[in-house]
Amino acid sequence: MTALLEVEDLRVAYGKIEAVKGISFTVQQGEIVTLIGTNGAGKTTTLRTLSGLIKPRGGQIKFEGKSLKKVQAHDIVALGLAHSPEGRHIFPRMTIEDNLLLGAYLKNDKVGIQQDIDRAYELFPILGERRKQAAGTLSGGEQQMLAMGRALMCRPKLLMLDEPSMGLSPLMMQKIMATIAELKAAGTTILLVEQNAQAALSLADQGHVMEIGKIVLSGPGRELLVNEDVRKAYLGED
Amino acid sequence: MHELPQQLVNGLLLGSMYGLVAIGYTMVYGIVQLINFAHGEIFMTGGFGALTVWLMLPGGTTMWVALPLMLIGAIIVATLIAVGAERFAYRPLRSAPRLAPLITAIGLSIVLQQAVWAWYPDAKSSVVFPEIPGGPFHIGSITIQTGDVFLLLAAPVSMAFLGFFVKKTRTGRGMQATAQDPDTAKLMGINTDRIITVAFALGATFAAVGAVAYGLKYGEVNYRMGFILGLKAFTAAVLGGIGNIYGAMIGGIVLGLAETLTTAYIADVPGMSQLGGQSWGNTWAFVLLILVLLFRPQGLLGERVADRA
Repeated sequence: MTALLEVEDLRVAYGKIEAVKGISFTVQQGEIVTLIGTNGAGKTTTLRTLSGLIKPRGGQIKFEGKSLKKVQAHDIVALGLAHSPEGRHIFPRMTIEDNLLLGAYLKNDKVGIQQDIDRAYELFPILGERRKQAAGTLSGGEQQMLAMGRALMCRPKLLMLDEPSMGLSPLMMQKIMATIAELKAAGTTILLVEQNAQAALSLADQGHVMEIGKIVLSGPGRELLVNEDVRKAYLGED
Repeated sequence: MHELPQQLVNGLLLGSMYGLVAIGYTMVYGIVQLINFAHGEIFMTGGFGALTVWLMLPGGTTMWVALPLMLIGAIIVATLIAVGAERFAYRPLRSAPRLAPLITAIGLSIVLQQAVWAWYPDAKSSVVFPEIPGGPFHIGSITIQTGDVFLLLAAPVSMAFLGFFVKKTRTGRGMQATAQDPDTAKLMGINTDRIITVAFALGATFAAVGAVAYGLKYGEVNYRMGFILGLKAFTAAVLGGIGNIYGAMIGGIVLGLAETLTTAYIADVPGMSQLGGQSWGNTWAFVLLILVLLFRPQGLLGERVADRA
């Protein structure tokens, strides 16, 4: 069986500075795969390249066997790859409901869209309570919920989440992580980028540790969680 | 203050025309942060588009039949030129430094003016625009010229259509999203290139409506009509808060009122007797702009200061 997403020797550069220096990994149907690492490791750049916002300098990206290298960002969404970006990037001056509708921009079935909106409100009841409010008035955690709900609106085959726990209270972070586990249980395939290695690895089937543009360590999430190097570098133990 | 109601109506009408053209500046700026200085000339080509349709119609066609056709002609010509300009002049410069597209816009504006001057038959000076017969209309002490009736109807209808389009349609939501955060808009599956094209086309459509209104109001079109009017409309967009479509209309109306009222009344102010009349109207319009920029740089409805050229 071919992987849902295959990344091979991916290289991305900003001008002369190479931010991603030839990484390879795969995501299988139904898995959670996580990329962990510190700031500047190239995790966000990797996701932005996968969703077509940045064009790679070299390597190969295949989604369901189809190369994404020459596909434009908006067409990549149409193929079923959703991206909830770092820093949430909700549309602050639009209502929560309009934000969700934008997530369904490529969908045409009114009934289905309404069902998806209802499902988002079921997943995150607070969004339903505030549906007519400007999204900018939400707290950080609520904005994260909105960003995830919005990404789910396109019924993605692969959901990419960039640092969903960033800047959240521990309680809110638990809630977000529980939701990610829930989504996986419902069959969603997820590529999760996190600085919070503990939380990410506990959820992940596969984990990859990135350092300055390279993958330095890979393995099942549970194994990495107990790996000594990982514990020293990312879990704050000596 | 004799004839104040009349002057207010005059100002409102003039301002609505500025507002119609200002929408194009503000929409394009809101989405690509480009001041499209050729927009005044796109307005002008709309006027010639309407004129061309009129000249092609058989003699004796009534205005009731001709006017809708002229409006369609104006919209088609202005939209084609605006969309063509975006596709071939601005899009290749999308990632160039901000000054490059700005200078291109100024160049394009000169090209369009000169092209009409050189190639449109008998357009070396003003060309007579057809009139709507009948009128003028009197409401109490107020007189409305027949040519202005079109503007009186077209401005609110245009504004209502635009409000509906931006707020209620999928493409409108896509425009809002692209204006707020283009990269994230792409992640929603929005083809932002297409949205930019739509913004140019819509701006040109309203400019074309404004151009027909101009022709009917002044009874003529000419190759230079887009210059001062474009500058005024740009001023209106900045006054209202560039990037805000309602601001464009409000800025236009404020500017139109200011211009009309100062022209009519400032000479009555002690010591200002030299500064009234038509020839000073433009001066007062721009004095207003300077004042607003000094005290409210983001414009009347603007949310933030324009940070790029």
